[in-house]
Amino acid sequence: MMIGTVPGFPGNQTSLNPVGPAAQHIESEFALIFWITASVYCIVLLALVLYVVRRKHSLGEMPEPLPTDLSSDRRAQRVVGGAMIVTVVLLFTIMVGSFVTGHALGSMNRESAYTIDVYGHQWWWEVHYPNDEPDKTVVTANELHVPVGVPLRIHGTSRDVIHSFWAPNVHGKRDLMPGYDTDIVMQVDQPGRFRGQCAEYCGEQHAHMSFYMVAESKQQFNQWLEDQAKSSFEPVSQQTVRGQQVFLSHACVMCHTIRGTAAGSRVGPDLTHLASRQTIAAGVLPNTTGSLAKWILNAQSIKPGCRMPPNQMSGNELRDLVAYLETLK
Amino acid sequence: MAERVDRPVLDVSGLPTVAFGIHSITWWGVLGMMAVEGTVFLLMIASYFYLHSRVSEWPPHRNPPDLFWGSLNLGLFLISTIPSEWYRRRARKGDLRAVQIGLVIVSLFGIANVVVRYFELRHLNTDWSIDAYGSAVWTLIGLHVLHLLTDLVDTIVLTVLFFTTLVEGKRFQDAEENAAYWYFVVAFWIPIYLVIYWAPRWLHA
Amino acid sequence: MITTTPTGNTAELTEQERAQAARLEAVWSEPGGFWGWFKAVHHTTIGKRYVVTAFAFFLLAGLLAGVMRLQLAFPEAHILTNDKYNQFFTMHGSTMMFLFAVPMMFEALSVYLVPLMVGTRSIAFPRLNAYSYYLYVFGGLMFYVAFLCNTGADRGWFSYVPLAGPDYGPGKRPDFWAQLITFTEVSAIAVAVEVIVTVFRLRAPGMSLNRIPIFVWGQVTVAFMVLFALPGVVLSSTMLLLDRTCNTQFFNPVVGGDVLLYQHLFWWFGHPEVYLIFIPGTAVISTIVTTFSRRHVFGYLVLVLSLVATGFMAFGLWVHHMFATGIPQIAESYFTAASMMIAIPTGAQIFCWIATIATGKVVLKTPMWWAIGFFFVFIMGGMTGIFVASVPVDLQVHDTYFVVAHFHYVLIGGAVFPLFGAFAYWFPKVTGRMMSETLGQITFWLFFVGFNITFFPMHLVGIRGMPRRVYTYPANMGWTTLNQIESLGYVLLFVAVCVLLVNVFRSMRTGAPAGANPWKAGTLEWGATSPPPPYNFLHLPTVNGREALWDAAPNQPVVGGLDEDARSFLTTRTLDAEPATRDEFPGPTIWPFLAAVATTIAFVGSIFTPWGITLGSIPVAITLIGWFWPERQAAERRRAREIWQSE
Repeated sequence: MMIGTVPGFPGNQTSLNPVGPAAQHIESEFALIFWITASVYCIVLLALVLYVVRRKHSLGEMPEPLPTDLSSDRRAQRVVGGAMIVTVVLLFTIMVGSFVTGHALGSMNRESAYTIDVYGHQWWWEVHYPNDEPDKTVVTANELHVPVGVPLRIHGTSRDVIHSFWAPNVHGKRDLMPGYDTDIVMQVDQPGRFRGQCAEYCGEQHAHMSFYMVAESKQQFNQWLEDQAKSSFEPVSQQTVRGQQVFLSHACVMCHTIRGTAAGSRVGPDLTHLASRQTIAAGVLPNTTGSLAKWILNAQSIKPGCRMPPNQMSGNELRDLVAYLETLK
Repeated sequence: MAERVDRPVLDVSGLPTVAFGIHSITWWGVLGMMAVEGTVFLLMIASYFYLHSRVSEWPPHRNPPDLFWGSLNLGLFLISTIPSEWYRRRARKGDLRAVQIGLVIVSLFGIANVVVRYFELRHLNTDWSIDAYGSAVWTLIGLHVLHLLTDLVDTIVLTVLFFTTLVEGKRFQDAEENAAYWYFVVAFWIPIYLVIYWAPRWLHA
Repeated sequence: MITTTPTGNTAELTEQERAQAARLEAVWSEPGGFWGWFKAVHHTTIGKRYVVTAFAFFLLAGLLAGVMRLQLAFPEAHILTNDKYNQFFTMHGSTMMFLFAVPMMFEALSVYLVPLMVGTRSIAFPRLNAYSYYLYVFGGLMFYVAFLCNTGADRGWFSYVPLAGPDYGPGKRPDFWAQLITFTEVSAIAVAVEVIVTVFRLRAPGMSLNRIPIFVWGQVTVAFMVLFALPGVVLSSTMLLLDRTCNTQFFNPVVGGDVLLYQHLFWWFGHPEVYLIFIPGTAVISTIVTTFSRRHVFGYLVLVLSLVATGFMAFGLWVHHMFATGIPQIAESYFTAASMMIAIPTGAQIFCWIATIATGKVVLKTPMWWAIGFFFVFIMGGMTGIFVASVPVDLQVHDTYFVVAHFHYVLIGGAVFPLFGAFAYWFPKVTGRMMSETLGQITFWLFFVGFNITFFPMHLVGIRGMPRRVYTYPANMGWTTLNQIESLGYVLLFVAVCVLLVNVFRSMRTGAPAGANPWKAGTLEWGATSPPPPYNFLHLPTVNGREALWDAAPNQPVVGGLDEDARSFLTTRTLDAEPATRDEFPGPTIWPFLAAVATTIAFVGSIFTPWGITLGSIPVAITLIGWFWPERQAAERRRAREIWQSE
């Protein structure tokens, strides 16, 4: 139905390309408001322009003030009264639409929802897939894989300042705040890569705090989950063995975990399956050799103010390290 | 050139120059201040209860403020309204002697209130930096301390003025308004006292 | 109908009137010389200072915006570092909201115009008025000095915790922001009290409540709102400062503090704040539409009730700024309903204005163009306001460029357009000269077109996913073209403001002489000369209708019998404006300036040390005592002539 949509935009970070029921409900309400307000705007402004043109006084000087014309004022009263009634009716319509949409969003199935925990950090997203069996728990960063067609419960909080989790193709945003646990239920009905971005000013690198929600079939999702739960791949080649050593002997271990090694710090993103992600630095760079190298050497030159310090190492050490990291699928 | 028309004159020369209550513009100024500061107090009290709603133990791990000093101050405040009201009424009649005596008495009460307030602060049983409860209690009473101190200075200055030869009708207006502002300070102490001293006892948790 | 032309031109005065004018001039003239500038207390003097200062801040904030638009014209640009950009957008927003919008729309306009419009010689509490101006200027200076020292506020104009708190806001940047609030809030509250007293007690005899000009109704509504709204930000900024400097724990969740407490307190103020800016805009529009439609405004009662209703309802909406925090559904429903319902009184005003135009004779001079522009721009903003009032939609557009577009449409449409109209309208009164119509039209069209080019695309780029407060964006998001269009639009806005400045400076020197009432308007300020003398009116007027000059009787009385050797004034009763008492305004004095200096030292000092307030309060107390200490000669004169009210 034409009235249920507005001109769309095929982006992967937009509410006008809904891929799930939540974003779809919202788009309908958006469309309702759009058509009503656009019509009202045009009518009111047209009336204004017509009256200005009709009543325009063309001589140069200010004419004497008009005496009040009671009968014309009475007519105007009726028109204004009518306009007020129409205004109230339209506002009510939009309001009811808003309540209906809100209700639809609120009644999305919570019980059978698949829970994913998201923790906001300055300036990255810590993602956990909790599991009753501890060795099946998955910890990753900045990229959430989700099964298509299954209600998801994003459960979140912040580890520092207020952030906001927002993937517009899927749902509206929810603030992640320290001292508060929050839940938002959403669902993705189409496979694809949908981009999200922090939507609450959180400091120096708020502009570079994005994430990807990768929706895939249940089968693919379960496979991904299984792979993510595994410990990190042991380095095999000489270069990657050296690379692991570089990792373990530099400041990297102060902040990053690679499960299966001694590195267990939770300050920064979990790197156990770094190579399985398509971007690094919270959606800022593609996960390529060159980007990785640049980032490791001097993250400050890409994301000034972020918490990762520059790292001193020789060219060989860097090459080995990157080679090792690229094996962490 | 406009038509010159002779206009009649509305002669106001017989109107009073000294008037009290709503006929004094400074009265309205004082009411305006009460509106603002009253709103600050109300929002602070609301903040206290908001913070209370976010924790289960209140006050957290410590005793509520000792009752004695706060209640003593409450008593002093309430009693001070008697000389206050007396001199306020005499001020409307221009009774210089009465206003002088009244202002001195209320100044003395004010000083006593400040002294007792010092002991109240020593017996709040919390520091402001421990947690949100401590911060809320200290800020709420601190706002009242601010009002008490500024009103006391105000009152003392006015008292001194009343012993000079600068006294005129306007100063009697000031005296009435000073009494009104003192009532504001006293009146707001009642809910603040109840919140600081009694809310933790009544709410238990 | 006889329009009673005021006796403005001294050539038309009788011998008696000239002598009277000379006596009034002797009593009311402002002191000259260097120190005289710091002793001035007359409301037109202070009002002009407010206008000039607020406009200067508008220009500064506008320049900051220009650099921001340059940075955003190219993806991943390096014109501004992230740190600089964050300071720029914070300074831009804070300057516009705290140093321009309210000081201009409320303080400047009401300080200059309200006493003239109600027919009295001065604003109530003139020394407080001077003090409020100095505090405002000093606060703004402090804020910009900090910025120039690379310690400018950078946490957004609302400075949320914990980002602005002690853990994540190192240095002094948020402290300067919080103290800016303290300076500007004291200033606004002071003026609010003055406006309320002026409007309630100093009106000309005959100006009963139902004859008060709509402009004055608007400003007094705002004054009441200021009294009840500002305490929210007083508390939130004080708690922020205390957390940062004294180790309180208001916002530390680990020990029972709460980050949302800050938001509730801030937005309790923050929502009414935008109405503090918008309502004076509607007050100006009512005035301009009346004068340029040549008839009494249609629906006076509805307009007044709408203003008052808006004032009340504005206090019930604040949580709509917090929809994304996950509030309970019942709260969502209430705040959505309230946020939509406030459109009703606003809609009523719009329909009344259109009805006035539809039944009047429309004169299309510059002020009226700005009023028409207001309709186009503000109503668009009002429409997008309905989008953000709906919770589900807001969850998509909150904190994106869609909402940036929304608030620029309502604020620029609702305040800047009326303001530029007000400049063109009242410039003749303030300076005695007309502005150029031609330059005025050029300014209007450049600004109108430039504004839409700059801000309309923001709706689109916001729906396409661009969040706000980002110092840059990736090239592959599809946002680049829209950003570039927006940045180009800025150029037109810049040129428009330049043309406006040229118009102002040229007209001040060589504009056509205006006379007392070039627009043949109806309100009392047009009964004084242009510019008004320091005593405002030679003869204090009485009033016979809502448009005092249009409705004046042929033998409309003037007030007589006030002392002419002192700054005498008349107070009238609140409801029916019958004469009540006589009183005396204080004359020029240096104490308000000194008190402002002492207060500034205390406020700024407290950023650096807790002794700032405690020790700093001593000079403040001294200057305040000096201020209020009576002058012997004046006291004796008054005592000799006292008439006490009968009890």
